[in-house]
Amino acid sequence: MILKHTKKGATVEKLKHKIKTGSSIHKRETYFGVLFALPVILGLIIFTIGPMIASLVLSFTNYRGTNAIEFIGFHNYIRLFNGEDVFFYKSLKVTFYYVILSVPLSLLSAFLVALLLNQDVIKGKALFRTIYYLPSIIPAVATSMIWMWLFNPDLGLINAALSFLRLPTSNWIYAEKTVIPSLVIMSLWSVGSTMVIFLAGLQSVPRSLYEAVVVDGGNVLHKFWYVTVPMMTPIIFFNLIMGCIGAFQAFTAAFIITEGGPNNASLFYNYYLYREAFQFGQMGHASAIAWILFVILVSITAVFFKWQKSWVYYESGGQ
Amino acid sequence: MKRRILIKKIILYTILIIGAGFCLMPLVWLVRSSFMTTGQIFVTPPVWIPKPFKPENYKLAMTALPFGRYFLNTIIITAGNLAGVLISSSICAYSFARLRWRGRNIVFAVLMASMMLPSAVTLIPTFIGWRMLGLIDTFFPLILPAWFGGGAFNIFLLRQFYMGIPKELDEAALMDGATHFQIFTRIILPLSKPALIVVGLFTFLNTWNDFFNPLIYLNSNKNFTVALGLQSFQSMYGTQWNLLMAASTVVVIPVIIVFLIGQKYFIEGITLTGIKG
Repeated sequence: MILKHTKKGATVEKLKHKIKTGSSIHKRETYFGVLFALPVILGLIIFTIGPMIASLVLSFTNYRGTNAIEFIGFHNYIRLFNGEDVFFYKSLKVTFYYVILSVPLSLLSAFLVALLLNQDVIKGKALFRTIYYLPSIIPAVATSMIWMWLFNPDLGLINAALSFLRLPTSNWIYAEKTVIPSLVIMSLWSVGSTMVIFLAGLQSVPRSLYEAVVVDGGNVLHKFWYVTVPMMTPIIFFNLIMGCIGAFQAFTAAFIITEGGPNNASLFYNYYLYREAFQFGQMGHASAIAWILFVILVSITAVFFKWQKSWVYYESGGQ
Repeated sequence: MKRRILIKKIILYTILIIGAGFCLMPLVWLVRSSFMTTGQIFVTPPVWIPKPFKPENYKLAMTALPFGRYFLNTIIITAGNLAGVLISSSICAYSFARLRWRGRNIVFAVLMASMMLPSAVTLIPTFIGWRMLGLIDTFFPLILPAWFGGGAFNIFLLRQFYMGIPKELDEAALMDGATHFQIFTRIILPLSKPALIVVGLFTFLNTWNDFFNPLIYLNSNKNFTVALGLQSFQSMYGTQWNLLMAASTVVVIPVIIVFLIGQKYFIEGITLTGIKG
């Protein structure tokens, strides 16, 4: 009985000891974990969450940078949606047009180039990859300068080439109708980074899958439809989301090349926001504009995530 | 069969070469314009070889505005960002990859979500904050944020890399009484050089190429970065295309050099994050 008791007591002691050291290791890990992550935790609070809340609050005020903050309810939003600020709908239209044109085109061309580069018969892959990637690292300001010069209707290379080929020339960035398509062409120039992501994905598709298709008597098209495309859907989805988010925030080209013109035909949403906030000092109004963009992007992403369930294939059954 | 492969090859190469031409042509056009006289640049149909060859354009463009100063400013800002990003993102990534603590997954999820956040939503209050601190037109708003985590993308990339390092290494070190800080500096960091180079390269490019933040935060000419300098050059000498192209070339060259030196790492970095993204 006594023996039993001491034995039991000993195991309890041991267990207690184990728990104690276990929890102290655990405590130490928590301490270091939080300590090491402290920069990013502070950063999220100071530079992301704090400003987000602040801009939501500001969007209900008439703050102009110098005046005392005064709450005006939904006035900023009402002014935007009832069309009092005529540029709001215009910039939305312009931006959606740009996104709808540029995102699919850049995904398609990036995917096509990646497919071609992934062919076994192609030599000099590394060189081609470098050439295609190169434009995407050029500073946006310099890219804008170069393309402004290429698009120049009288002296630019593009019109010179077109007239040499006896094709009709265009006013490109200087005409309301062609300004957005022109900027889309320019954005296609920097498609290399997307292409490299596709290429990396293509190279990681297991060869055994293609061999299986061959064994079953399939041809190139079968390989493409039943192996390449399904295996690439997660990457297509990733590039689609990132492409949309990026395209919605286009700014530099409009700022430098067109200044939103001609006749506001390239008034990108972010440029419109910049103008309201930093040229007209309408901080409250601009915060409302920013939050509408945020809501738009969140809804689009949410729709995409719902939609992906029907076409994106995950090997491990969801990430 | 052989013939079919040959035809396939010809078609593939033709498309690839046309695409490569589309990528390279604007750069060739940039450089050739930068060496031309104003007279020659306006000749139609356009010529490709500058004659007379005018390297003086570069001198003119670089002295018309204080580009030396702009370069110095850009180098300071880039160096400050590089140091901040490399130090803080590598430490934070260690915490997410190796240490278990309550709330870790929530913080990480918030961090990943912040990657999709449009910068416009935080822009205005952040700007007002810096103005209240009296730091507009200084380099602080352009450098200091890099020291707070160094960006979600970089943390993600490094965490991904750390998780590929065998855990037995740090468990053995823990047994020997090493602290987490020692494990981080003596085991993880030395093994992560390729990933750190990737982070460094992307940070260099993003900071060097950044136009929006300098535009918002820097007002006086003496504080401009090269990207801002190029833009103000354009608004002053916009019709002198040869000088504008010379200035653009000078801004582009450091980026191309860094890219060509580090291109192996760029591709690796994209491979590391793109797929798992």
